[in-house]
Amino acid sequence: MSPARDFEWQDRYEAVIGLEVHTHLATESKLFSPAPVRYGDAPNHAVHPIDLALPGVLPMLNDRVIDLAIRFGLAVRGEVNPRSIFARKNYFYPDLPKGYQISQFEDPVIIGGSVQIALEGSEPRTIHLTRAHLEEDAGKSIHDPALAGSDASLVDLNRAGVPLLEIVSEPEMHSSEEAGAYLRALRSILRYIGVSHGDMEKGQFRCDANVSLRRIGTQQLGTRTECKNVNSFANVEAAIDAECVRQAEVLDDGGDVVQATMAFDPATGRTRVLRLKENSDDYRYFPDPDLVPLVIAAERIEAVRRKMPELPDEKHARFQADFALSAHDAGILTGSRELGDFFEAVVVACEAMGTDAATRAKAVSNWVLRDLLRILKERDLELEDAPIEPQALASLICLVDAGRLTVKSAQQIFPDLVCEGGDPVQMMTAQGLEAVSDSGVIEDAVARVIEANPDAVASFREGDQKSINFLMGQVMKRTQGKANPGQVRELLIQKLS
Amino acid sequence: MSDIREALGSLAAARAALDAGSLSAADLVEAALTRAQDHAALQAVVGVRPRHARDEARASDERRAKGERRSLVDGIPMLLKDNMVVAGEATTCGSRILEGFVSPYSAGVVERLQSAGAIVLGRTNMDEFAMGSSTESSCFGAARNPWDPSRTCGGSSGGSAAAVAAGIVPAALGSDTGGSIRQPAGFCGVTGFKPTYGRVSRWGLVAYASSLDQIGPFTRSAADAAALLSVIAGHDPRDSTSLPVPVPDYAAALTGDVSGLTIGMPRECFVEEGVEPGVLESVREGVRELEAAGAKVVEVSLPHSRYAIATYYLIATAEASSNLARFDGVRYGHRAEGATDIDDLYRRSRSEGFGAEVKRRILLGTYVLSAGYYDAYYKRAQQARTLLRRDFDEAFAKCDVLVTPTSPELAFPLGEKNDDPVRMYLSDIYTVTANLVGVPGLSVPCSPAAGMPVGLQLLGRSLEESTLLRVADAFQRRTDHHEKRPPEPV
Repeated sequence: MSPARDFEWQDRYEAVIGLEVHTHLATESKLFSPAPVRYGDAPNHAVHPIDLALPGVLPMLNDRVIDLAIRFGLAVRGEVNPRSIFARKNYFYPDLPKGYQISQFEDPVIIGGSVQIALEGSEPRTIHLTRAHLEEDAGKSIHDPALAGSDASLVDLNRAGVPLLEIVSEPEMHSSEEAGAYLRALRSILRYIGVSHGDMEKGQFRCDANVSLRRIGTQQLGTRTECKNVNSFANVEAAIDAECVRQAEVLDDGGDVVQATMAFDPATGRTRVLRLKENSDDYRYFPDPDLVPLVIAAERIEAVRRKMPELPDEKHARFQADFALSAHDAGILTGSRELGDFFEAVVVACEAMGTDAATRAKAVSNWVLRDLLRILKERDLELEDAPIEPQALASLICLVDAGRLTVKSAQQIFPDLVCEGGDPVQMMTAQGLEAVSDSGVIEDAVARVIEANPDAVASFREGDQKSINFLMGQVMKRTQGKANPGQVRELLIQKLS
Repeated sequence: MSDIREALGSLAAARAALDAGSLSAADLVEAALTRAQDHAALQAVVGVRPRHARDEARASDERRAKGERRSLVDGIPMLLKDNMVVAGEATTCGSRILEGFVSPYSAGVVERLQSAGAIVLGRTNMDEFAMGSSTESSCFGAARNPWDPSRTCGGSSGGSAAAVAAGIVPAALGSDTGGSIRQPAGFCGVTGFKPTYGRVSRWGLVAYASSLDQIGPFTRSAADAAALLSVIAGHDPRDSTSLPVPVPDYAAALTGDVSGLTIGMPRECFVEEGVEPGVLESVREGVRELEAAGAKVVEVSLPHSRYAIATYYLIATAEASSNLARFDGVRYGHRAEGATDIDDLYRRSRSEGFGAEVKRRILLGTYVLSAGYYDAYYKRAQQARTLLRRDFDEAFAKCDVLVTPTSPELAFPLGEKNDDPVRMYLSDIYTVTANLVGVPGLSVPCSPAAGMPVGLQLLGRSLEESTLLRVADAFQRRTDHHEKRPPEPV
């Protein structure tokens, strides 16, 4: 451990960060075999002779993958390469059955492109992509002594051959926050356009970070290291920060950063050298003679373009225009495809139920941004896993709109609605929350409140408008919050005038 | 017995006997099994499947009894080179490294043969992983030439050539990466045909060099080759390099008429230096025969053919080094005992499992693809390949078919070249170009020299197998070299 010292490395150095993302493509079957892409099968059950590299098998390109690659290329405004080449990356490992991985090397399927990132409090930035290429995933080696015995390893080839898109950014990010924002934006795009589920826990979205430092004011890139396979956004950011600190220490001591592959240990929050890259790996890439060049005709690109789902930034602009939302609110609502879709579905349902057109979108966005997101966060729930239906929220808003449910009561029902699902009308009835609109009951409560609070009544009559709110609160309390607040206010003013 | 021997001598004779009812498929299978045993000393056949073959023969005979016939080869036993997988059977590629391996699936050609009613009798000997020109690098020991068992039958598909020459079966399949069908056909005096690259599916063919490998038939005659090619050719979506084009009626091309065709003699292939005496004379005599049949003969040039052997050995070994990486002792085949870690397991399994020639080519190919050498070797070789393609395009602008010797030599004595790999490689000098360019090539027997068969090679334009078959058939209608049979074992 080094002694405590000034770790304000940002004062002296600028971080230069490039990211390589491996994302599983959302296909039914593998990149070069008809075996299913399934998570959680018994080991070696989602395999075909092609995945096992039995003698005589040949790769068969899954046509579906091509449309997904094109869709990604269009989404990031990159160039779809009209003729890309599959190449073999040769190395020996037990979870690599052929002894080579089929990838793309000199001619990737997507060239260039860019992703917009926005950090709070700073201008949006454009991060450029170098390329994106198709390749197959490897299997998994299991070195668990409990399973394999003390000196043996097991191999599971279910994942071998699962299609991956490797997306390589230019080294244009300068902080871990920017790297995190880039990853979130990229994942959001992938999920929006249905190219990948991007589930990090299932290993569907993995990231390698290339990090180097350079003296502020200089242009020449420093020697970089690569942090491999970091498996969450938070860990990517932590790994980058830790690696910047480590490199700054080395440079401050007058040393040289050595090109290496690093591993990040979330437990210690530090990076360590996994292996040096002194002898640069020689993968003996060459074009795979079993596969013909991947030729993509302009017509095919156009066909994909016509069926292209709306992109996050397009939806962002539309939400602002159509629903009069602020850029901030629209930004949150379009942060994930699921949230944006949910919001729109609630608005459409409200429209069908005839809620007030002028306040409709505002009411829905309030419920979603204020209440829904808070509850999901509290319960550690993803929207797609929550049982609430858009129809149910719309119905809840309708009840409030119609005065049958007070906002307070609605907020009381909402958490259950989100986490358990159900029908708001039934819940309201079952819990006896329907707003009291029986004027006799309300008149009685108003009379009692006026009688019990002479001071407030006096100050209202002296012109203090605020005291009406106090009196209203007292009436609501007396009616267990079920009285229609509009009705209460009207009656109070009437009685006090 | 001589009827049976006759019937196993060619597809035409076998079919005639079956059609006439003088022999059943079951008779043919029994006889072929017996002949395989009688010729055991040739080491041409390395494995038979008698039970399945008998069942398939019975099924074929039952079909025939009901007046059904699936194809021209229904009920006829055949042998396959031991690098095409058959479900439930061993495949060894002549290598220890595949010991114990049984394939769970069948190759595309096997499916086609079986659905045509042909009977897969067993497997033939070959150079290990098809690397060689003499079938001496097989882990089963060398196959021998039926014309003279002290000599090689050629390679790498030597077992298939010897089996058809000896009349164990009327036809067999081989694979040709740099001449591995045509050269043994020439050495054994049978007809060997390498179709256009992509004409026959490689699904289930254990790869040596993927961009060069192609399956093709060994038969007595060009007419038999046409019949068998019709069965095995055609698009297969499981092989991306398989060509999605219709297969013509090859039998219809056998008109016997070559008038109007121009035959080109590449001057580079008729240089005496490095060619065994008698070979060029036999081939020239064959050309005169075709001229007499009405073909026009012109001289052409393939100026880059002198780079062909170097180009071939760079590309083939590069691809092989990668193709053979899967034989690692992890999932199937030979696994060494006593390994200390995974690298040690790889090292020991592969050191024990592969023979010397395979190791040599893996090392060569690994070197060729290495960083810093890739441009100098692999890329240059691909450029040379493009130049060769242009040579052929220009030659085929002047003629319809090229004729050359199949090999620069006669079948050589076993062991003669084992210590000199480069001399062995030069054995392929006339054949490798067809693989590099992808065009079809065919070897037919022409007049023997010094008592041994000589092969005449015909090369055609891409996908023009019909023209090659027409010329070869016309030649065989005028000659009887292909009908000569080697002596029976004592």
